[in-house]
Amino acid sequence: MTLARRIIPCLDVDAGRVVKGIEFEGLRDMGDPAELGARYNREGADELVVLDISASVQGRATFLETIRRVAEKMNIPLTAGGGIRTMEDGRAVLRAGADKVTVNTAAVQRPELISELSQQFGAQAVVLSLDVKRKGYSWEAYTHGGRTATGMDAAQWAAEAVARGAGEILLTSIDRDGTCSGFDCELTARIAQVVPVPVIASGGASTFEDFLAVYTDGRADAALAASIFHQETRSIAAMKQFLAERGVPVRTSR
Amino acid sequence: MKIAIVDYGAGNLPSVERALAKLGAETERAVEPRQIESAEAIVLPGVGHFAAFVAGLRERGLTGPLRAAFDAGKPMLGICLGLQAMFAASDEAPGDAGLGFFPEHVRALPANVKSPHIGWNQLRHTRESTLMRGIPADAYFYFAHSFAAPATAEPTVAACDHGFPFAAVIERGSLRGVQFHPEKSGETGAKVLRNFVESVQ
Repeated sequence: MTLARRIIPCLDVDAGRVVKGIEFEGLRDMGDPAELGARYNREGADELVVLDISASVQGRATFLETIRRVAEKMNIPLTAGGGIRTMEDGRAVLRAGADKVTVNTAAVQRPELISELSQQFGAQAVVLSLDVKRKGYSWEAYTHGGRTATGMDAAQWAAEAVARGAGEILLTSIDRDGTCSGFDCELTARIAQVVPVPVIASGGASTFEDFLAVYTDGRADAALAASIFHQETRSIAAMKQFLAERGVPVRTSR
Repeated sequence: MKIAIVDYGAGNLPSVERALAKLGAETERAVEPRQIESAEAIVLPGVGHFAAFVAGLRERGLTGPLRAAFDAGKPMLGICLGLQAMFAASDEAPGDAGLGFFPEHVRALPANVKSPHIGWNQLRHTRESTLMRGIPADAYFYFAHSFAAPATAEPTVAACDHGFPFAAVIERGSLRGVQFHPEKSGETGAKVLRNFVESVQ
């Protein structure tokens, strides 16, 4: 009897479509969120994350509609976020069918948002999205999609967010994101050590070995990736078999 | 057959409704006593805070009808917080009484493990049950909770370990409960719900 390490595909959504940022090209269309979500649900994903990368006020209704369409196809947990500013934003996302909501920028500006969401919906429904860049021997938290430095130490902010009621940390290494050079295991292990809640590693995944490393050296409870799954170059079932053969507990039954 | 899904004001009902609808069950959101009284079976779903849950039931006048349904042996399924609410009390809200179908206290997960317990875990089956019929012994279920009832509670038919052995599945007579989320536990979870639906038909 062991708690399985989770494999979580992520859908970055803009104007109702799954997109991928390509250097010098802008956004590339990767498909319909409900179709991709259904595929991952079928292929053995342990959870799905849907992020509104436009996070514009005008796009909010479209995003809620996307969550509704994706949630209809799911019988696994669904996490959604991007641009959550208020309690009402969070409520709308959960009402649309998400089980958990992620918060980042607005929580840095007003940490009480975490406490309010947690008191209303429970800690298990509140995920702190923590985007960080390495700064010497530590990491600094960033907001606004990785564009704005906060001056806050990532580990300290993670601990505060958990004390306020965040039930999970979605930890993204901005340095590694999109580089395909593997997760930052040192970072993940550091944060996993200071917070008593599950840590989801994100940023840099490209191989099965990257996942193996982040579950072992990185002490991650879950790991997230986007494009390696969208391109169908890596199947979730094959990854789980690879991990199981190396002693990582994964959910192989459906 | 009509299943009343108790709507106490904070739960994520659509996923439970959708999962039951896929099994061909007719559901209705119960917000007032007569809906509990006329239902053939009751589902108590639940996410959120124990205090909000019991207050939600009280404000809608549902506490008494639920206890009457229990006494009458009406089929009932508690999910997550819905299971916890069937016990006498919880560490999460020390001043608030639960439905009290069972005398145990729901306890906080200890500090030596990650809390909330979030993710897919396996069970230790301690007794035959209707709910777990045909479920493989090594199946995984999705959990998301910070509190749990001790596995020593009499109705426990399957346990899970996270900090302490806790009741993952309970069953006594027509009363059933699961600490995991069957509506979020893939095909295996759907099978558990199917077992419940079939047991009340």
